[in-house]
Amino acid sequence: MSSELQYIEIFDEARQMLDRHSAPALNALRDEAFEDFKRLGFPTQKVERYKYTDVPAAFEPNYGLNLNRLNIPVNPYEVFKCDVPNLSTSLYFMVNDQFYDKKLPTVSLPEGVVVDSLRKMAVERPDIVEKYYGKLARTSKDAVTALNTMLCQDGLLVYVPKNVIVERTVQIVNVLRSDVDLMVNRRVLVVLEEGASIRLLFCDHAIDDCKFLTTQVVETYVGENAHLEMYDLEETHTKNTRFSNTYAEQQTYSTSVIDSITLHNGMTRNRIDLSLCGEYAEVTLNGLVVADKEQRVDNNTLIDHRASNCQSNELYKYVLDDKANCAFAGRVLVREGAQKTVSQETNANLLGGTDARIYTQPMLEIYADDVKCSHGSTVGQLGEQAMFYMRQRGIPYEEARMLLKFAFASDVLQTIHMDALRDRLNYLVDKRFRGELSKCEGCKLCK
Amino acid sequence: MLQIRNLHASINGKEILKGINLTVNDGEVHAVMGTNGAGKSTLSNVIVGNPAYEVTEGEIIFNGKNLLEMKPEERAHEGIFLSFQQPVEIPGVSMVNFMRAAVNAKRKHDGLEPMAAGDFLKVMREKRKIVELDSKLANRSVNEGFSGGEKKRNEIFQMAMLEPRLSILDETDSGLDVDALRIVAEGFNKLRKPETSAIVITHYQRLLDYLKPDIIHVLIDGKIIKTGGPELALEIDQRGFDWIKKEEGL
Repeated sequence: MSSELQYIEIFDEARQMLDRHSAPALNALRDEAFEDFKRLGFPTQKVERYKYTDVPAAFEPNYGLNLNRLNIPVNPYEVFKCDVPNLSTSLYFMVNDQFYDKKLPTVSLPEGVVVDSLRKMAVERPDIVEKYYGKLARTSKDAVTALNTMLCQDGLLVYVPKNVIVERTVQIVNVLRSDVDLMVNRRVLVVLEEGASIRLLFCDHAIDDCKFLTTQVVETYVGENAHLEMYDLEETHTKNTRFSNTYAEQQTYSTSVIDSITLHNGMTRNRIDLSLCGEYAEVTLNGLVVADKEQRVDNNTLIDHRASNCQSNELYKYVLDDKANCAFAGRVLVREGAQKTVSQETNANLLGGTDARIYTQPMLEIYADDVKCSHGSTVGQLGEQAMFYMRQRGIPYEEARMLLKFAFASDVLQTIHMDALRDRLNYLVDKRFRGELSKCEGCKLCK
Repeated sequence: MLQIRNLHASINGKEILKGINLTVNDGEVHAVMGTNGAGKSTLSNVIVGNPAYEVTEGEIIFNGKNLLEMKPEERAHEGIFLSFQQPVEIPGVSMVNFMRAAVNAKRKHDGLEPMAAGDFLKVMREKRKIVELDSKLANRSVNEGFSGGEKKRNEIFQMAMLEPRLSILDETDSGLDVDALRIVAEGFNKLRKPETSAIVITHYQRLLDYLKPDIIHVLIDGKIIKTGGPELALEIDQRGFDWIKKEEGL
């Protein structure tokens, strides 16, 4: 229990401070989360879901916590100019776990739509927050979620009322900013009522050369006939550790697209736990990982088909080089009675060198008898014939490698519905393969 | 232009070429004919520097430069082009990106600026007409889903884009119907210039009817055993290779 001890002590000592700088709806779940955390302890690699990530080691170092909510001076608008050409978004910032409200987008959102601080909304809109907060992210099942629930003080609420369609993409830039090594516990709650629709783009950046440890718990509720698109892009640095647990639930005739793209990081574990609860719901779950040096990315997904006539499509691709060490484990569960399920799961990996490593584990569990499901994974290297063909045409070795890696990654990017975003990601991935740190043009921070 | 002297080459430790001597001058078209497994494709692969093959002896000089010391891309920049017997499919790489990378790499080697996007597309449009390729070509992935005929026409299209000094056509006629063969051959002829040369590898006379080679070589068991004028190809077409083997005491 050595890694857990410091968090238990912090919680015991700072409980009042935690509460004081947060809101009742968030405080209400702390005690139970604390008990669960103490009971569970950090999962070892003997726990199947955490087989590929050494959680206790990641939480062992002593990070600072900003429980007293000291103001960390930063003006994200000054330091971050992420100008995606032709992509006009409603741009919001989260500085560490805190919603940045000093300057907000000038274009207003449709009536009733909320994109705001979770802490603030827990007070102003308890009808939403108390109804949904912590209902999907059960602390009894996962120690990281329990720890996040114990310690989180703020975060983001996205709420779209019934039949409201938000046309403009909402972009949230998560800026990690600190002068000392910092732990951040961020919470995101996304609620789409019946017939609602929104597209969210999250971009994770670390702007200081400190070590960061982030836990993030995302809960998304997608109501009947609602449509959610959520793109989660990480471009941090090698000193960043990220644990992100996403819990999602979809109702009848709802659709969602969730893309997890890791372009630059230190150690990342993304867990997605998605349930198709209503009939005829559809989900597309995509992922792209570009990793080299000693980067680690562990994507762990569960798609739970609880209702009949639902569809799921999952495609994760990894392009690894140097000593990158990554994992993909995707479980598709088709429950008894979930007839007429159509599900496809694919994980494909390209290893650029002999030291890169991928652990891949596509899993399919079926308890219904009238379904159409497939799963598979591949691990390969760049095709020698294609390399030679390109070089014969005069394309230099490195350029040919780059083009082939890009080609490999491209079908994940093709699934992005938004042209401008797709073009932008194509550009970023291309730059990443060229060895230039993928950064936004004009972003003064990602040096 | 090209001098090959006493070339020996092997693949996976097995010797395929056993002392090839061949000289190609400016403006000449040479045909290399021979039985299956004689080493024709090995010869073309060795000239362009396919890393799968190992040269154990001999030399290849191209316009005064030692080719065997160059990487495949450097040989391409010097002006050597291979029309592949089996063009490779590259899913996810569009023809336009592929060709732009190739053309600009050559331009860089020649000390020229990259071609502007608009100019490049214009050149692509013009060149694809030579082999009657579809206008949708630019956005398709390299050779992916192309029919056999389209793949071969695409090879000649790339040749038109890159304007090589020496082209090697490795069984470009295989798998083509009569019309496609005509289009490919006529396309090739349109690209001929007094200072360009070609080596054409084929089993059949039909392609040679179009290309009208100056010199015919017979390659058997890793060696060129007979060289002659265009009439030699006609004779092979009628009589096969056995009589040559006998004549040479093989």
